[in-house]
Amino acid sequence: MSTGTITTQKVNFKVFRFNADEDYLPYYEDYSMDVTSEEVVLDILNRIKWDHDGSFSYRRSCRHGICGACAIKVNGRSTLACKESMTTMIEYFGNDLTIEPLSTKRAVKDMIIDKGDFWEKHESVTPYLVTDIDEAPTCENLVLPHDAEKLNEADLCIQCGACHYACPAVEVNEDFFGPAAFAAAYRFESDVRDSDTDRLKAINEERQGVWDCVKCYECAEACPKDINPIEKITKLHQMTFTAGIAKSNVATRHAVGFLHSIKKHGLLDEGGLVLYSEGLGVVKHIPVALKMFKKGKIIMPWNMPKSDNLDEIQKLIKSSSTAKF
Amino acid sequence: MGKLKYALFTGCTAKQSTPEQMMSTMAVANKLDIELIELTEASCCGASHLQDYDDFLSLVLNARNIAYAEKHELTMVTICNTCQLNTAMTKHRLDNNAELKAKVNEKLAEVGLEYKGTSLVTHFLYAIIDDFGLDKIKEMVVKPLNKFNIAPFYGCHNIRPSELQNESHNKKENPYNPTSLDDLIIACGGVNVDYEEKNKCCGFHVELQAPHTAAVLAGTAIAGATDQNADMMVTPCPLCHLKLDTQTKHSSEAIGREVALPVLHMQQMIGLALGCTSEELGLKHHVTEVGFI
Ligand code: SF4
Ligand code: SF4
Ligand code: SF4
Ligand code: SF4
Ligand code: FES
Repeated sequence: MSTGTITTQKVNFKVFRFNADEDYLPYYEDYSMDVTSEEVVLDILNRIKWDHDGSFSYRRSCRHGICGACAIKVNGRSTLACKESMTTMIEYFGNDLTIEPLSTKRAVKDMIIDKGDFWEKHESVTPYLVTDIDEAPTCENLVLPHDAEKLNEADLCIQCGACHYACPAVEVNEDFFGPAAFAAAYRFESDVRDSDTDRLKAINEERQGVWDCVKCYECAEACPKDINPIEKITKLHQMTFTAGIAKSNVATRHAVGFLHSIKKHGLLDEGGLVLYSEGLGVVKHIPVALKMFKKGKIIMPWNMPKSDNLDEIQKLIKSSSTAKF
Repeated sequence: MGKLKYALFTGCTAKQSTPEQMMSTMAVANKLDIELIELTEASCCGASHLQDYDDFLSLVLNARNIAYAEKHELTMVTICNTCQLNTAMTKHRLDNNAELKAKVNEKLAEVGLEYKGTSLVTHFLYAIIDDFGLDKIKEMVVKPLNKFNIAPFYGCHNIRPSELQNESHNKKENPYNPTSLDDLIIACGGVNVDYEEKNKCCGFHVELQAPHTAAVLAGTAIAGATDQNADMMVTPCPLCHLKLDTQTKHSSEAIGREVALPVLHMQQMIGLALGCTSEELGLKHHVTEVGFI
């Protein structure tokens, strides 16, 4: 294939094995192989099956990074097996590699997982166009390039689940829709033909919606298609304000509270922000606040530091604000 | 090498709930003979929340901060991961989009400022590694931390998204296997602890709206470090520090296991190795005791 020199090196693989029908617990099998610089991760899965153990199971179909079936984890990193080169993996992690399914707790057989939660959440964001269709159109329904651009890359998602199972919020909070579902929500929210009104409301709900995203950027890092789901999540946050559906709750007040604080001090008034965001709920923070106070970690309002040239900041807030709450 | 000089963007936390971070930054800069010009005009960066509400305003405010560093013709150094991410992201967007830059500058002109794109923005950790050099730190160590197993906690916003982050420093960091903080621990004579959560999220940013998620993430990180025999954790981010140091009660409850470890700011760790006193490093401002140090 390539004209460059093909190099070979020995790699030790620790491979997750589990058969939900037979095994009580998962285990790891060791394989040592000579890996060439030409191979992708999927080649290794194939070789385990063809050369070592015919019962080894994994999903793959297109082998071209399109069907989204083959995502697994290599040393904890979500990886699209047919796209990721072994050379990169060795560069990243050295010659001892651990191969696991995207989510070990959802394993059914070896690399194959039950992706049910992924699809359920996908469905929850109405992942299709909602619009009135003219049964007998007289001309083509045109979307101008300028409008099509608004989708960004969001329509390139192949539903591989790499981001979803890299997301710590999904791991901890089973209601959280997750990055792929949000990318899908954004894809349709930003489509000029769409007229749905429930989607944005669903993603605005606490626990399941965008406000529970911890902003860790794992999804941006994991996506093999460069969808950058967290960037779409940020845009969805903004859309909830623009559409006027952001409710006054601790999450939205937290975002808007920054503005109030910057207007007043230039800097963030940390205590003031908690008070503004929580309202009466602030009482639950008192025990920690007391501990912090004792250690000189809380500044009294009258000692609150201010930025120099605060008038500039206030002027800019007046002239550059684009959102309303 | 001439004297290193930077424009320091302190962020808000160093001025309020982590005074020890401000103190130790200054103490370490002093030891290393690095000059830090504090950008006293800077505003809050919006901490990844203001942009959820008003993206353009957040760009304008962050561009204003960078414009002040440009006025000094200095690289801006940040001491908070989230400040670093927000500022570097603003810089990246403006430097790659002339139209957006013009729009932002139109606003800045109203207060007599301009964003040019001439100052780099980098976290103090990488400034030390790239410009000062860990070898030199190693030579300067007077109290090697060799008694301690130290668990590095990198914090998301210094390592992800890696494409953006790696624009700001020479030393390329692998977000799945970062090494900069490990290298710093070793340079200070400490024993670096490898554990699964070292590049994971502490949950700080959803502490108010999703307290359970935040507490589980922080608790799991402290537990992970504890299980690998860490004596303490170290972090380059004051927000991670707040989460790991002050919230151990909630974190323990959330994961059903009592966890607490002393957590040092990266600057405090360097300071200890270089012989700064615990007063200079503000060790009394910690909620989880660091007395044994
Ligand atoms: S940034 Fe948000 S959605 Fe993306 S992985 Fe982190 S928590 Fe999940
Ligand atoms: S956003 Fe990217 S990682 Fe997530 S499912 Fe789609 S293609 Fe896969
Ligand atoms: S990230 Fe935090 S510390 Fe940094 S400027 Fe913003 S609010 Fe302040
Ligand atoms: S680790 Fe915690 S404080 Fe640090 S960047 Fe992530 S969420 Fe923010
Ligand atoms: S096999 Fe289809 S995406 Fe990998």
